[in-house]
Amino acid sequence: MVYGGLRPAADWLTYDLMGLGRGRHLGESVNFFFYDIAKIFLLLLVVIYCVTLIRRSFSPQRVRRALGGKREGVGNIMAAGLGVVTPFCSCSACPLFIGFVESGIPLGVTFSFLISSPLVNEVALVMLAGMFGLRVAGLYVAAGMITAVLGGLLIGRLRLEDQVERFGVAVNNDEAEERISFGQRSREAWAHTKGLIRKVGPWVVLGIAVGALIHGYVPVDLVARWAGKDNPWAVPIAVVIALPLYSNAAGMAPIAQALYAKGMAMGTVLAFFMAVVGLSAPEFIILKQVIKPKLLALFAGILTLSFILFGYLFNAIL
Amino acid sequence: MKIEVLGSGCKRCHALAEQAEAALKELGIQAELEHVTDLKRILGYGVLSTPALVVEGKVKCQGRMPSQEELKAWLQEGAR
Repeated sequence: MVYGGLRPAADWLTYDLMGLGRGRHLGESVNFFFYDIAKIFLLLLVVIYCVTLIRRSFSPQRVRRALGGKREGVGNIMAAGLGVVTPFCSCSACPLFIGFVESGIPLGVTFSFLISSPLVNEVALVMLAGMFGLRVAGLYVAAGMITAVLGGLLIGRLRLEDQVERFGVAVNNDEAEERISFGQRSREAWAHTKGLIRKVGPWVVLGIAVGALIHGYVPVDLVARWAGKDNPWAVPIAVVIALPLYSNAAGMAPIAQALYAKGMAMGTVLAFFMAVVGLSAPEFIILKQVIKPKLLALFAGILTLSFILFGYLFNAIL
Repeated sequence: MKIEVLGSGCKRCHALAEQAEAALKELGIQAELEHVTDLKRILGYGVLSTPALVVEGKVKCQGRMPSQEELKAWLQEGAR
């Protein structure tokens, strides 16, 4: 792997160039810091670029056409899957949501998309894979998809269509789609990758720095006692703590990893991480324009409950 | 010429509006630039992701920031 060269490079920087002692607190922290930063940025660069390139083929218009006329069930699963490859920024949440619903896509199917799209995103996956390995990242994807499918199905069953503001606009599907060449597509993907890394980069560095401090200085039994498997309150508390940390997966993953290394249970870590990524206060505030409070509260409640249940489940089986 | 920037007023929408304005100035083109936040009008254009740019009633791009060259090409085309 490419990583092969990173470990010796980090060792050399820390122990030889900076002259810090192996096995010492400071030395261990600094070494961890350099190694993780190099690893994460390399991963982010490659994955974001590839994902951006692929996703150009999945415009929201195309997703909407693909979901049009699908029954519940099949539609929910498709919507959750398409949500993984089609992101939207929270400021697009309203046009996207209303655009889907008004074109006749069932409310529950729309919600499946609305849940999976932000929850299962490439930055969160890179951070998880880089910090905890592919197995944990895979479990996260599975938990996210199941939450999206079941949450959407439940909302669909409750017949809450009256909870959505009606706009009554004619939906025209093909007008607003653009075609571009591969060269332009790859240039764009590169620009997007640079922009995104510039945005999350400072958080990654900060998160890794805090993680490194925890690695070097925080005693194991402290974390294990409070956030280990034996504390039944750890999962819901972790989810509540995550609420104000919305969408900062990049910064939180290294900190979560350091806490895990110090004895925080894996299910608690994953529940925390899902809540950081999936429960976004700004998104809820924006969606308030088009979704009435009852449905919005139900939406937030389903997500919170699901993350807590998955936390307990993973704590039990991992 | 009429140019509309569609978006709910987020950071990226403002950035797009500023970019369009700068490009207009650089090209020396006179145009009316409007920032559309009304959801009904945004949906009326068939746009699902913002920010989006509309030149002379035609959606040029959505859900992304166009490059400076693209932007200038659209504006010059629209001015003709």
